[in-house]
Amino acid sequence: MLRSRHLLGIADLEPAEIREILETAEAMKEIAARPIKKVPTLRGRTVVNLFFEPSTRTRTSFEVAEKRLSADTLSVAVATSSVTKGETLLDTVRNLEAMAPDIIVMRHGSSGAPHLLARLCRSRIVNAGDGMHEHPTQALLDAFTILEHKQRLDGLKVAIVGDLLHSRVLRSNVHLLGKMGVDVWGCAPPTLMPRDLPRFGVTATTSIDEAVQGADVVMMLRIQHERMHGHYIPSTREYFELFGLTPGRLRRAKSDVIIMHPGPMNRGVEIDSDVADGPYSVILEQVANGVAVRMAVLYLLAGHDAEGD
Amino acid sequence: MPQVMDADRMSRALTRIAHEILERNRGTAELALVGIRRRGVPLARRIAAALHDINGDDVPTGALDITLYRDDLMRQPVGPQPVLRRTEIPFSIDDRRILLVDDVLYTGRTIRAALDALIDFGRPRAIQLIVLIDRGHRELPIKADYVGKNIPTSPAESVQVRLIEIDGTDEVIVQNGEAS
Repeated sequence: MLRSRHLLGIADLEPAEIREILETAEAMKEIAARPIKKVPTLRGRTVVNLFFEPSTRTRTSFEVAEKRLSADTLSVAVATSSVTKGETLLDTVRNLEAMAPDIIVMRHGSSGAPHLLARLCRSRIVNAGDGMHEHPTQALLDAFTILEHKQRLDGLKVAIVGDLLHSRVLRSNVHLLGKMGVDVWGCAPPTLMPRDLPRFGVTATTSIDEAVQGADVVMMLRIQHERMHGHYIPSTREYFELFGLTPGRLRRAKSDVIIMHPGPMNRGVEIDSDVADGPYSVILEQVANGVAVRMAVLYLLAGHDAEGD
Repeated sequence: MPQVMDADRMSRALTRIAHEILERNRGTAELALVGIRRRGVPLARRIAAALHDINGDDVPTGALDITLYRDDLMRQPVGPQPVLRRTEIPFSIDDRRILLVDDVLYTGRTIRAALDALIDFGRPRAIQLIVLIDRGHRELPIKADYVGKNIPTSPAESVQVRLIEIDGTDEVIVQNGEAS
């Protein structure tokens, strides 16, 4: 069982809780293959999707997950909300809470925003990405996808390549993969390399060849221009030359390597189109698995008392 | 802890049910067995094996998890959610006669959930219900078509079916009090 009534980050989860979510997701995945892709589990429950940052994949994935569980859903995008009229985060959420939602799924540009709400609100909070901190459901769906292909996590070599500095996907994955016994490698230009990676058991390198060598999984991350306030890389063309995943570089990996990307992809910047669309790519499976993993999270959190902790 | 059925009687009950299925459906054409997790699943497989022994036909067998359809899931939203297991129905249920299998028939609420779940997979021609034990105390208008054994109980008692595949032994026992 999950100890917390919120899902704020992977850092708070025990390995047993991670396994429980992944096993529940496996059962949820079957629902997508039915003629009627809907179960009555969250009937009468209200879920608010509150997105303060643009998102297509994660928001639609949560919406599909909520609808498949029969929850009533309400999506608030920041551009159309009163936030643009100067309302504070807390006031926005208190107003939404007056409508008694059971779960709030939230994405925010500031690290820690969902943690603030979790302390002050009655609803269960699911973090759908907070600043440069965590994106727990992405790491869970990544682990689910790896498990489907490798049947294990323990002992695998996973190389994560790209803009590690600004990536919440990296942080959640480092926590999750580390807890599950994975050999994690991080590869980035020195300007985009977080200083503390070795403290979390990650092997840091600036050579993509070294990172990809013998890897079971290569996870490519996007250059996050929107979070860069300065010059981190000389040009996207030079970046592709030095850090882009090409078919040639991929030959160093294990013969059954899988290529992952949390999206959105920048073809020709961090990944060659031939790799993105190639036989090793599981990028679209990640999207499909995202729905099952989010259904599992919503189901498991819904079991907790709204008042308790 | 009185035992009300041992391995021998369980085996005979399941064989008798297999014969009743053949008699009532005039063969196994268009039949399929669906066991309700957890203990309905091994029972469904045993009935499939019994049908095979009698007339050599293989009846497709599936497993149904009804957790997501339970009517008490969100009534007391305290504590952990029940463990969700995989539903595996590797055949179309459209126009088939579905034999739904469970270990104990009690309030009927599990069967209500199973009927809802099955209907989401298609439109069977008919659904028939097989239970190893009918202990009474129905709360919904549901009735079994094939019963291994009727056992009159009080609501305070608990009926436990143990199967080799899950519990390492074949028996049915009736316990007093709240233990379950």
